[in-house]
Amino acid sequence: MTSFFVNGKAVQVDVDPATPLLWVLRDSLEMTGTKFGCGMALCGACTVHLDGKAIRSCVAPLSRAEGKHVTTIEGLSANLTHPLQRAWIELDVPQCGYCQSGQIMSAAVLLTENSKPTDKDIDEAMGGNICRCGTYPRIRRAIHRAAQLAGEGRTR
Amino acid sequence: MSASAVVGRREFIRTGAAIGGGLLVSLHAPLAGRTSDALAAEEKDFALNAFVRIGTDESVTVISAHSEMGQGIYTSLPMLLNEELQADWSKIRVEAAPVDKVYNHPAFGMQITGGSTTSPAEWERYRKMGAVARTMLVEAAARQWNVEASSCRVDKGVVIHGATGRRATYGSLANAAAQLTAPADVPLKPAKEFTLIGKATRRLDTPSKTNGAAQFGLDVSVPGMLTAVVSRPPVFGGKVAKFDASETMKVPGVKAVKEVPSGVAVIAERFWPAKIGRDKLTVDWDLGPNAGLSTEQMLRDFTEMAKTPGTIAKKTGNPEAALKTAAKTITAEYDVPYLAHAMMEPLNCVVDLKADSCEIWTGTQFETVDRANAASVAGLPPEKVQIHTTLLGGGFGRRANPASDFVVEAVHVAKAAKAPVKVVWTREDDLKGGWYRPMWHDRFVAGLDASGNPVAWTHTIVGQSIMQGTLFEAYGIKDGVDSASVEGAADLLYGIPNLQVDLHTPKIGVPVQWWRSVGHSHTGFSVEAFLDEVAHAGGKDPYELRRTLLAKQPRIRAVLELAAQKANWGAKLPAGVGRGIATHFSFDSYVAQVVEASVEKNGAVRVHRVVCAVDCGTVINPDTVRAQMEGGIIFGLTAALKTEITLKDGRVQQDNFHDYQMLRIFESPEIEVHIVPSSENPTGVGEPGVPPVAPALANAIFAVTGKRIRRLPIRASDLAHEGAKS
Repeated sequence: MTSFFVNGKAVQVDVDPATPLLWVLRDSLEMTGTKFGCGMALCGACTVHLDGKAIRSCVAPLSRAEGKHVTTIEGLSANLTHPLQRAWIELDVPQCGYCQSGQIMSAAVLLTENSKPTDKDIDEAMGGNICRCGTYPRIRRAIHRAAQLAGEGRTR
Repeated sequence: MSASAVVGRREFIRTGAAIGGGLLVSLHAPLAGRTSDALAAEEKDFALNAFVRIGTDESVTVISAHSEMGQGIYTSLPMLLNEELQADWSKIRVEAAPVDKVYNHPAFGMQITGGSTTSPAEWERYRKMGAVARTMLVEAAARQWNVEASSCRVDKGVVIHGATGRRATYGSLANAAAQLTAPADVPLKPAKEFTLIGKATRRLDTPSKTNGAAQFGLDVSVPGMLTAVVSRPPVFGGKVAKFDASETMKVPGVKAVKEVPSGVAVIAERFWPAKIGRDKLTVDWDLGPNAGLSTEQMLRDFTEMAKTPGTIAKKTGNPEAALKTAAKTITAEYDVPYLAHAMMEPLNCVVDLKADSCEIWTGTQFETVDRANAASVAGLPPEKVQIHTTLLGGGFGRRANPASDFVVEAVHVAKAAKAPVKVVWTREDDLKGGWYRPMWHDRFVAGLDASGNPVAWTHTIVGQSIMQGTLFEAYGIKDGVDSASVEGAADLLYGIPNLQVDLHTPKIGVPVQWWRSVGHSHTGFSVEAFLDEVAHAGGKDPYELRRTLLAKQPRIRAVLELAAQKANWGAKLPAGVGRGIATHFSFDSYVAQVVEASVEKNGAVRVHRVVCAVDCGTVINPDTVRAQMEGGIIFGLTAALKTEITLKDGRVQQDNFHDYQMLRIFESPEIEVHIVPSSENPTGVGEPGVPPVAPALANAIFAVTGKRIRRLPIRASDLAHEGAKS
């Protein structure tokens, strides 16, 4: 039995602790916002936060989450109010949308660590996330916009 | 609303659709065994026709006959419908249509999403459906108030009687309106009265794609569902000889291992045990006739074949004679590889097969074909098979499979599993699974007159047919020429008086399929890169030569000029940066692109900026057009710079995103999109952004390095150099 927290809630899961966290979230906890894209940490679709750090859940064994806090796209905000979600909606970033959970979760860690990222910072932080629809120009603009929205939130 | 009520409603709509049978459905057929009062109390939604329901809560549900795969159709179709319905836009939601002939593509006669055709094909129907529904709502209000319908107007979901100021919301009228007979015909607004069409409108599906709520096929779960992965032959056309599942069966969670026609299915409680179980499976394969296939050999064979005349696809003037008398001739050969679609959501399909019914959940572009193919495997009549189309995590053509490969296989697995089952393809399965964009070889000879103008052009194409053996064969293959192989070449818009396009169609055991922009994905590259060679050989500026040759083609000439102007064609660039241009006509739309690029010492190509101009007729949602051009450019750059599927000993050599690499954000250029205003009917948007970018890039690389790119993907090793020229 592995015990950890998902979006602030304590959970216990009884599966092989070598199972990747991605499949525990999707198949055991039925939280399907986190996506399967490659299974080899190559595309970033499965990005979640483990104690605040971005990880690729497709290669992270469940055992690594023991006692820790996992945040998924479902836990980013209760009602689409996270600055990244607001910016994503304002600029209509997604096309098919499949990679966007991972994109947003990677961007969230970037903004936590760097409240005003440059284009170069964005390139470095987001280089592990593939978007086959080609929404990169909008992802870049939306991260800048989210940084601005978050800044406004802080000064109010 | 309870699950049973949702299902009840769906049945209800299907009944309605079946009764109408045609364009318009007459309405509100109560389900057998229920009184209409009970139905009214339970059903809060009323179908005004097969395409729109209005709820007593004022919700407006638009039924999309087409799949949403990122192209924005779940917003564009509601925009068309609501241009006429005039409901409150904030109340609009969208739902995928069930499979029913009422949802057939108006041009193709089957339910399908593809060919960049949805907006052009639905341009009238969705507006008409909105107008019919509005007319019925107004009529219902007029009857209630005992006034003439013509004395009423509508405003954001409210019917208003002008003289008395009486008002009734659409929701309050929905039930009464649904009892009325639909008018046979209704006039549509003239374009100058459009309030929604042409206005940048936020996508309806974006919120659900930013919080994990959006449901793709892979996210579907049904009660009692098992998950399967399939071990498929390492060579196309291979078969299972025998297998040993003893180690697999020891994996906790694995329920069964079954042979199916496509391989061996490992069926488990969840994905991970199924995957681990497959890793432990031993299969002996009969490799079949394709075990010797090699793309290196094919490249040599194609090159030889192109030196002999093929089947004529197009001939004007006398190219042979014109080449003989030309002042100068040039020859060049171009090659592009097999390409996988590589949608971010790997293929998957959920099947719940019962004795007398089959329910399928999947992201498909091809409902009618999938249903027919699934029905034949299930041994059921098609009407006993229903497909629930989910959101597609990318399609690019792969999810319109003529053999319904991923659906048919899942029905076989469900049969073997004797339980509802989800078949999941891993990334490796998806990349190695075939149905690629064909490998193509293009050979050109051009003749120039003494002043450097092209007077003759011959183009020999070698590549597999996509249409052959599919239900599109009769439609797509004429006189031995697959139109998809020669599109963008045989319909060349450049005014060259002596032209020949001919085609060789080798039969090779690699399954091929339409891939975003189909044949244009090779002809766009080869034609536009070769035209650049022609310009250079004739001492002409590549932009000016195109302008001259397009003198009689005003629409494409206009996009060419717009792109050149916005990109400052001719202005000096920083040292080491080159500029290239290309145009292409595809899916009835006109696109021109200018690329600025540089080449680093190690040969790595950097694309700095792409300027794109597009004429796609009347624009429904300008932001969607921009998004599709941006996405098409990045998709095209991935093909230009990154990807190829190769075969050796019949085996696909690529596995995953480490050796089939996608363009990433740090390689993504600045992109500008300019839309030509137009009042022509809408034309394609999803694909036309792809073809021009590879040649525009190749031409930019020539401008800065003097090296011609004649083979994709571009290889850094061909471009390594000593440093920037100034």
